[in-house]
Amino acid sequence: MTHLPTRLCLALAIALGATAGALADPARDAILAGYEKAAGEPLSADRGKAFFNATHAGGKPDTPTCTTCHTANPKAAGKTRAGKAIEPMAVSANPNRFTDPAFVEKWFGRNCNSVLGRDCTTREKGDVITWLSNL
Amino acid sequence: MTSCTTPAPGTRFPFTLAAVLGLALASALPAAADSEEYFRPVTDETVKTECSACHMAYPAGMLPARSWSAIMADLPNHFGEDASLAEETRARIEAWLVANAAPENSRIARSLQGGEPVLRISETPWWVRAHKWEVSPAAFENPKVGSKANCVACHRGAEQGYFEDD
Repeated sequence: MTHLPTRLCLALAIALGATAGALADPARDAILAGYEKAAGEPLSADRGKAFFNATHAGGKPDTPTCTTCHTANPKAAGKTRAGKAIEPMAVSANPNRFTDPAFVEKWFGRNCNSVLGRDCTTREKGDVITWLSNL
Repeated sequence: MTSCTTPAPGTRFPFTLAAVLGLALASALPAAADSEEYFRPVTDETVKTECSACHMAYPAGMLPARSWSAIMADLPNHFGEDASLAEETRARIEAWLVANAAPENSRIARSLQGGEPVLRISETPWWVRAHKWEVSPAAFENPKVGSKANCVACHRGAEQGYFEDD
């Protein structure tokens, strides 16, 4: 068995501990950092949770809330109105989430218009991703 | 192979058989072109990816060209949801769907001539007829089906183009 130097062991333990909580991904971190900078204030998982679960006015009648398709359990698969499965939104259940900026913007663009009848703000987008990244 | 050129004297059977086969083929061919049980699946990768994000990529042959053009002209209001695409992608998908739509002289296209273009496949005369007697309206409410848009719930070969009775 190989014995690692104590300092390396410590560094590894710290790195593992950090990723275990948030499943860090450089691409996701960059997306979040971009939204936070544009929002001009710290992002909030609590606000993201409330936003995701809220019933919104102004959108299309068939999709009043994110949970219409994504369900109230982001760790579970959702379902489109046409009956097709949607992969879980929670990063802990689906580590690929929020790692492709173009994909993230495309679907926020579509779904915010469907659910709210407007674009989401950078803060709203950042809040939701922050919550879904820490479940 | 059945030969019709040199029938043995007094044996008309091969000729008759060939004639029957020929008739069967002649009547089967137009039916195949107008089939409502097989539709060539989407082969274009962009169309397949974008059009199967929320529902199966419906075969282009299920609707005439003008229906596809009307659908692709209003993606922000796509059957109750916003399905917007970048213009370059949208235009490319429309071109492919139009090029592969039900031919103008097909039974499907002929049944949809005149009036406003039909946008929902499940509202076309051929779809309604095909499901009228075999499927009870309640079946579409079944949570496992959920929607008339969910072909594959009953037609297990739908993704491969097969929509025969299951």
